[in-house]
Amino acid sequence: MTTELQKTGSLIKEFEAKIDQDEKIEPKDFMPEAYRKTLIRQIGQHAHSEVVGMLPEGNWITRAPTLKRKLSLLAKVQDEAGHGLYLYCAAETLGKSRMDMTQELLSGKAKYSSIFNYPTPTWADIGAIGWLVDGAAIMNQIPLCRCSYGPYARAMIRICKEESFHQRQGYEIMLTLAKGTEAQKDMAQRALNRWWWPSVMMFGPSDADSTNTEDSVRWKIKRYTNDELRQKFVDAIVPQAKKIGLTIPDRDLKWDKKRNKGTGGYAYGKIDWDEFWRVIKGDGPMNNERLAAKQRAWNEGTWVRDAAREHALKKQAALQAAE
Amino acid sequence: MTKEEKETCLWEVFIQPKNGLSHRHCGSVHASDRELAILSARNVYARRGEGQSIWVVKSTDIVSSDPDKKDEVFSSDDKIYRHPTFYDVPDDVGHM
Repeated sequence: MTTELQKTGSLIKEFEAKIDQDEKIEPKDFMPEAYRKTLIRQIGQHAHSEVVGMLPEGNWITRAPTLKRKLSLLAKVQDEAGHGLYLYCAAETLGKSRMDMTQELLSGKAKYSSIFNYPTPTWADIGAIGWLVDGAAIMNQIPLCRCSYGPYARAMIRICKEESFHQRQGYEIMLTLAKGTEAQKDMAQRALNRWWWPSVMMFGPSDADSTNTEDSVRWKIKRYTNDELRQKFVDAIVPQAKKIGLTIPDRDLKWDKKRNKGTGGYAYGKIDWDEFWRVIKGDGPMNNERLAAKQRAWNEGTWVRDAAREHALKKQAALQAAE
Repeated sequence: MTKEEKETCLWEVFIQPKNGLSHRHCGSVHASDRELAILSARNVYARRGEGQSIWVVKSTDIVSSDPDKKDEVFSSDDKIYRHPTFYDVPDDVGHM
């Protein structure tokens, strides 16, 4: 007679064999609890980041400099909402309810990307976000399209398709400002100065200090480590900055032919991890404002949700009466 | 949030890219009724001309087979005579 323990053991072996053969895991398949938990945490944080990420940019919709820019920004912010929803629905397939996730975000229990706790004081910040923040997000997200969990991978494919417009619109804003008057160029440079280091930090702690990496790599949730992705990002952005005549605010930045296994890459300066941890722990410039904005939106939407529910009940009753 | 506020229904969304192709599953949305489900599916999954028709189906109305019993449901490996390559035909007969 097989015991429960033996049964679980063979299920885990089957699961690992699927992962090794690059097969996808689907919602109803067996998966170890730790795999499920890791995914719920990661997809949830990812979804919250998309949703909170609408706030710094939403700040400029009414003040966009032209109608074209306003339309692009509206479309981009709407995309972020959509991306949040794709991801919430992927997390729901793991048995986590939407209401739980919403409550965890509103109570401050759930984390989202710290980058959105920085302010957007000028129009150039919108350019810098699209170029750098969305650029970093794409670096992170492309390998996730091959993640072992089917619904997450499918959501990421959709997201990546839409995300490249975001980065291009941001870069185009920066390019236009950089070609403009001295004041405009200065505004672009200052925005780059503000967003560079927080963007470099978006990849998370360096590999030596990252607690979640090892399991995630083994389970093919993550395909590259934080430092590998960070290097790719720096290597991609440096020539783009040069092209539009802006300067990366890092004096230690220089070509290092030893990087990337000898094919060369940019060496960069020391990252201020104290700042990183400070912002994650809630002490960033905008943490309170972001959470307050989400809570206000939720509370002000209560009557809409109530009305929709009442309407549905009423219609259902009428339908039943007619039958 | 009021205490009694419950989760809204989950709906699975299917989009038909164009005539001649089948509706294909693309994700899910939350909505309190079917009109709102279609509206929400449009906002979430059709922002770039992805198709011409949307179906939404309540997730709880979908009946599915058990993936652990897939061998019982899909037992084709032992019925190789159902495939064309099982039959020997002389090469000079050409394409058949």
